[in-house]
Amino acid sequence: MAKYTESTEHIDVSYVAHLARLKLTPEETVLYQSQLEQILDYVKELQELDVREVPPMAHPRPVNNVFRADEGAPSLPHERVMDNAPAQRDDQFLVPKIVE
Amino acid sequence: MNYKVTIGLETHVQLKTRSKIFCGCANQYADPPNTNVCPVCLGYPGALPALNEEAIRLTVMTGLMIDSQIPAYSKFDRKSYFYPDMPKNYQISQYDKPLCVGGYVDVVVDGQKKRVDITRIHLEEDVGKSTHHENSSVVDFNRAGTPLMEIVTEPCMESEDEAFAYLQALKQILMYGGVSHCNLEEGNIRCDVNCSVRPEGQQELGTKTELKNMNTFKGVHRALKAEIKRQISVLEKGGAIQQETRRWDDIAGVTIAMRSKEYAHDYRYFPEPDLMPVLLSAEQIEQWKTGLPERPAARRERIQNEYGIPEYDAGVLVADKLIADYYEEAARLSKNPKAVSNWIMTEVLRVLSENEWEIDAIKVTPRALAELVELLDAKTINSNSAKDVFSVLVNEGGNPRDIVKAKGLTQVSDTGAIEQFVDQALAENPRSIADYKAGKSVALQHLVGQVMRFSRGKANPQMAAEMLRQKLD
Repeated sequence: MAKYTESTEHIDVSYVAHLARLKLTPEETVLYQSQLEQILDYVKELQELDVREVPPMAHPRPVNNVFRADEGAPSLPHERVMDNAPAQRDDQFLVPKIVE
Repeated sequence: MNYKVTIGLETHVQLKTRSKIFCGCANQYADPPNTNVCPVCLGYPGALPALNEEAIRLTVMTGLMIDSQIPAYSKFDRKSYFYPDMPKNYQISQYDKPLCVGGYVDVVVDGQKKRVDITRIHLEEDVGKSTHHENSSVVDFNRAGTPLMEIVTEPCMESEDEAFAYLQALKQILMYGGVSHCNLEEGNIRCDVNCSVRPEGQQELGTKTELKNMNTFKGVHRALKAEIKRQISVLEKGGAIQQETRRWDDIAGVTIAMRSKEYAHDYRYFPEPDLMPVLLSAEQIEQWKTGLPERPAARRERIQNEYGIPEYDAGVLVADKLIADYYEEAARLSKNPKAVSNWIMTEVLRVLSENEWEIDAIKVTPRALAELVELLDAKTINSNSAKDVFSVLVNEGGNPRDIVKAKGLTQVSDTGAIEQFVDQALAENPRSIADYKAGKSVALQHLVGQVMRFSRGKANPQMAAEMLRQKLD
């Protein structure tokens, strides 16, 4: 399996899982391997289209320049914000020590 | 062996908007933690960003100030990574279509003009602020989502002095453009510094290291000096430079490798589906261009020529836009722009620094300063009195003529009046007379001082000295 995932033709499930901070069992890794590749194969059908004449686009809708004026709006009350904190200290969100 | 140094900077600049880039929360420093936050900047599921047009304008204005190209089409992208200060687990930034492309900043290093080429300027959201404790970290999200512009240079600087000069020139431009408060203490400007060395003669660049999150210009200068020295000594010993992120320890004065594994990134950029692209018309860009302030380098040259002051003076005055404005207002009202410049560079700047004031806090108006110079040039007052008048102006404001009249500071240039003080000085200081006759010229200064004392500072000191000499020789 290891050799299989190293190939550039295939999706590297353990790498993608690491990027998404997901812990997968070996069984899950195998299962998702085939499932994800089915999805990729499906999407690959798009490659059959000739899009050389189509300019790349960042958004499917032809709408641009959706702006907001630089004006203030009320923020959330501090207590409500902290209601969602799993842990807190000094009115801030307490998280595991971030190593440098 | 000689080594060549190559430096590139990524400078993050907080923009001067009222609200954040994607929501209406206040863009404000030093408020109580987690009070300027909402579902958008806290990354709640389903919350949608709404782009602040002022952030776009300020970024484009910056680009125009440094002669960037402004592409007609620009878009935002998601940059994925996990860090507690980034609650969405992605940062909205710009990847391949930034708002500004190219440009340059001219600097002077050791009297030599150098051009620092700019690669691009893109706009993104700032992240929250973490504070580290012994066993945990805490996060304040007030800063999360404030508009942040990243200005990237080419790897084109060749010394720490050049990097320092670039940062100072850039800050001046940002101040002139009014795009950022540029307050370094508040973290308005933060730098990532890339640096490599290579033996002279070698074409390709050496392996670079990155110093992250530097928040003072002096720190950048010191860190670069140490890092260049370290890299050279590694190479001298036959070692190899590791491509890594390093941290500057300002107290120890060394750079320290950070655990590189934490920084092995795969950002997986892709277009931000929640934001529509930005299209800027030529008319829009032209309109912003007409609103551009004069750039510092151009102003320095113009001021020098227009008022006939030395390059050094022009450099000092232009360093702060408000001071340059103040100078020009006073200089236009004066027949002696060089004297006005002297007063600003010595007395005015001293008062500002002693009181930690900005120029707009001083009560001495440009008109008053010009008038003071005129009174001095017309010999209506002497230079001691001028300083007295100046301190009255600093404390109380008003106009110099009234102060001179009220305090009776008009210089005494009347021969009869001065002779009276001269005779008194001679009568009371036989010792000085003897010293003077013995060839000690300092004695004359002492006698002039006595004349000034008797006249309560009002005598014309040149006339007094002249008269003393006549009587003694």
